[in-house]
Amino acid sequence: MSDYRIKGETGEWEVVIGLEVHAQVTSNAKLFSGAATAFGAEPNTQVSLVDAAMPGMLPVPNRECIRQAVRTGMAIEAQINKYSRFDRKNYFYADLPQGYQISQLYHPIVGEGSLTIAADEKAGIPTDKAIGVERIHVEQDAGKLMHDQHPTMSYVDLNRSGVALMEIVSRPDMRSPAEAGAYVRKLRSILRYVGSCDGNMEEGSMRADVNVSVRKPGDEFGTRTETKNVNSVRFVMAVIEGEAKRQVELIESGGTVVQETRLYDPDRNETRSMRSKEDAHDYRYFPDPDLLPLILDDDFLAECRDSLPELPDAKRARYLAAGISPYNADVLTAEVEAARWFDTLLDAGAKPVAAANWVTSELFGALNRMGRDISDSPVSPEHAAELLALVADGTISGTIAKAVFEKMLESGDAAGVIVERDGLKQTSDTGAIEAEIAKILTANADKVEQYKGGKEALFGFFVGQTMKAMQGKANPQVVNELLKKALG
Amino acid sequence: MTDLTNLTVAQIRDGHRAGDFSAVEVAEAFNANVAGAKLLNAFIVETPEHALAAAKAADADRAAGTLKPLSGVPIGMKDLFATNGVQTTAASHMLEGFVPRYESTVSAKLWDAGCGMLGKLNLDQFAMGSSNETSYFGNVISPWKRNDGGNAALAPGGSSGGSSTAIAARLCPAATGTDTGGSIRQPAAFTGISGIKPTYGRCSRWGIVAFASSLDQAGPMARDVRDCAIMLENMAGFDPKDATSLDMAVPNWEAALSSDLKGKTVGIPKEYRLEGIDPDIDAMWDAGIAMLKDAGADVVEISLPHTKYALPAYYIIAPAEASSNLARYDGVRYGLRDLPDGAGLQDMYAATRADGFGPEVKRRIMIGTYVLSAGFYDAYYTQAQKVRTLIARDFEQAFGVCDVILAPTAPSAAFGLGEKMADPLAMYLNDVFAVPASLAGLPAMSVPAALNREGLPLGLQIIGKAFDEQGVLNAGLAIEERAGFNARAEKWW
Repeated sequence: MSDYRIKGETGEWEVVIGLEVHAQVTSNAKLFSGAATAFGAEPNTQVSLVDAAMPGMLPVPNRECIRQAVRTGMAIEAQINKYSRFDRKNYFYADLPQGYQISQLYHPIVGEGSLTIAADEKAGIPTDKAIGVERIHVEQDAGKLMHDQHPTMSYVDLNRSGVALMEIVSRPDMRSPAEAGAYVRKLRSILRYVGSCDGNMEEGSMRADVNVSVRKPGDEFGTRTETKNVNSVRFVMAVIEGEAKRQVELIESGGTVVQETRLYDPDRNETRSMRSKEDAHDYRYFPDPDLLPLILDDDFLAECRDSLPELPDAKRARYLAAGISPYNADVLTAEVEAARWFDTLLDAGAKPVAAANWVTSELFGALNRMGRDISDSPVSPEHAAELLALVADGTISGTIAKAVFEKMLESGDAAGVIVERDGLKQTSDTGAIEAEIAKILTANADKVEQYKGGKEALFGFFVGQTMKAMQGKANPQVVNELLKKALG
Repeated sequence: MTDLTNLTVAQIRDGHRAGDFSAVEVAEAFNANVAGAKLLNAFIVETPEHALAAAKAADADRAAGTLKPLSGVPIGMKDLFATNGVQTTAASHMLEGFVPRYESTVSAKLWDAGCGMLGKLNLDQFAMGSSNETSYFGNVISPWKRNDGGNAALAPGGSSGGSSTAIAARLCPAATGTDTGGSIRQPAAFTGISGIKPTYGRCSRWGIVAFASSLDQAGPMARDVRDCAIMLENMAGFDPKDATSLDMAVPNWEAALSSDLKGKTVGIPKEYRLEGIDPDIDAMWDAGIAMLKDAGADVVEISLPHTKYALPAYYIIAPAEASSNLARYDGVRYGLRDLPDGAGLQDMYAATRADGFGPEVKRRIMIGTYVLSAGFYDAYYTQAQKVRTLIARDFEQAFGVCDVILAPTAPSAAFGLGEKMADPLAMYLNDVFAVPASLAGLPAMSVPAALNREGLPLGLQIIGKAFDEQGVLNAGLAIEERAGFNARAEKWW
């Protein structure tokens, strides 16, 4: 249970949060037309006759968009509706060429599901918590108005018109900004694992409508407001915090919260009213007569399920079972690219615990320093596995390994090549080590005496001298054993 | 030489193939008739050059031995089909001057089959009307006159009134029509020609200006049943660009035409016997029953119990869909834009739509908006959909005991222009026999069967099982052969 509370004059208030996340479906073509969907293209260069709603044009569902929505539903273990239907949401706006948005009101493609946010003591989430997802439906995006192109006119860019969105509607199960933030991050992570949305919030691929209400703990739900189109995790949390405070102050000063749509202004970090329930549109939803009901057959569903990757929770459990620390498991599973990289490393034979430590410290440190993503790491997982194998089998020491890694980053060469070329191999050649030990003991006869007289701390001195003589390449374990014997 | 404009599609096709005449001669003859028939106002745009170009290509193809199925046949195109480079208006001010850069699937198929286009045919605005009196480009006038010595201008039916008039007046041998609630069958009946609305989904709707998507269906109108079969073969076919398109092979309907109905059962729906209906209609219907018996069919009475709810349901569903389909005409991207000085977006919408749509279109948009609005949706739209399901079930059950259904096409012969415009309900009643088959998505055709006592044509309607256009055409052929309908409007224009 979250203990997040707004402290008002009349006591403590609990915040109730539900999120509607709009996620752009990753697909080459739009939901009902063949037009391209690439971000950042010149205005009106990705517009088909259908997207511009020319007379007589008809929508045809894009199978890939449907598939991605189904896979997303499966990833949150939701009910998949084999029968679903598209409805028209009618309203006039200049960025909406058809005069209606094709959406799914009455029969969404995905029903009840849930996802789990992980316990995070510091964030006030004491235990893992399941957040309900009420439904996922697919719908068309609208175009975009540009108000800065002409002194008296607005321009319309229809590139986004008709792009497929998934609307993922949560239950009002969240009770703090931190929980909402964790939910969005977790959802984003799952979408990216599944590959159904790139999760790029800056480009608008993911945005949230934030529903907030407050109540005294134990009371009925209060009246909620909906803040539209919030496009970062940080803003989602800020909206909740600000909106909850605003509602508490309003109620405590004798006012009432009205059900309304609000807009967030990130520059001022505040929300303002857009329209109240009374001004709400009558969208005149009805089944789209241009489209037949969507019937999903078993083969299609099987393919969707079979093509799902291992998801974050399962992956994390597998890592924990392999002995990886919870912290490292979290770090490694948060982003799908890192997890994939790490799995390739394991597939190449690296030992899980050592590999996890190395990736989270050495590799992430280096990437951080270079300002690079793991997807363009200069060192491949195969090369890294080779490096870790050289450490594991005693060919090089951990210290040498760090140096070898630096050289790998610079040159892109394989670890073995570098070790061979630079003569960094650790030696276990007892003859060579014994010869050096003999010389050192002879040269330091006084210390040998002291050691034998009980000053055992001097053992480290002999090890150091031997390693130095061996130029760091002697196997420390062998050195220890031989020294003990020689001093024995 | 025979007047080439008296030839049917089949005769033109076969005569051209045999070298009896050139396609250019045919095109020129029809172009001349079109040019000489301005009084009928059947065309919004005439395209003689298109017809001629196709004719030249047809003649060249004949010389090269590469004839196409409809080489040398010029046709009329209802101005609801988008034609690349040729103004497409849906007979509205809203789309006046709109020239698409795309070709509807159906028209493209016809051009590919060798047809030429004589012009874009007038119609009721956005196909909403039963008399062709709602066109922004003026009424179409039927070539027919009553035999009472009067000179009343008669309605050619609607919405495909330009198509029906043009065929009846020999301005084209065949034309495309669209049928949402009788818009092919009723005008065909009014003008003494044939027309078939195929099973919903047979013809692609891609590129046809939408009226009511779940009902709209293209089909041919022509002088006889064979021509309808030929035309339909060249219009139908699966189209991946229309999600409601039927993914089925197109049968060779012409080759399988047969008026021998032995072993077939014809259903006569008792609910279509309307009290107080014109006795000429009932007499024609009875004559039609006798003709089908003569062709070898058994006749049984059937019941379609929900018939009386069909028209009200239709006038909820069709306007509901239309109110949404026509939202795209907003002045933003194409067509009419009325932007008063200092106007904002809402003002532009209001001015553009007030100016661009005619009264009947506005009436239907308002009805549709009303029945879909919060608080009324269940009482109207949901109820109407239930009725639609029940009507489809009526037909299903009826087809358990019969193969085709015979009924009148319309409750009256053509009426005078202006007679019903003041009373929308009286106008809507015209479609009372046509609408049930539309709601059920079934193939249905009208064939001319008799003249009434005023000397005006009456049509019989044959409704078939889904996908059984063949059964409909064959029954139509049996009537055609026996009715011997060869009356034609005397030229006065």
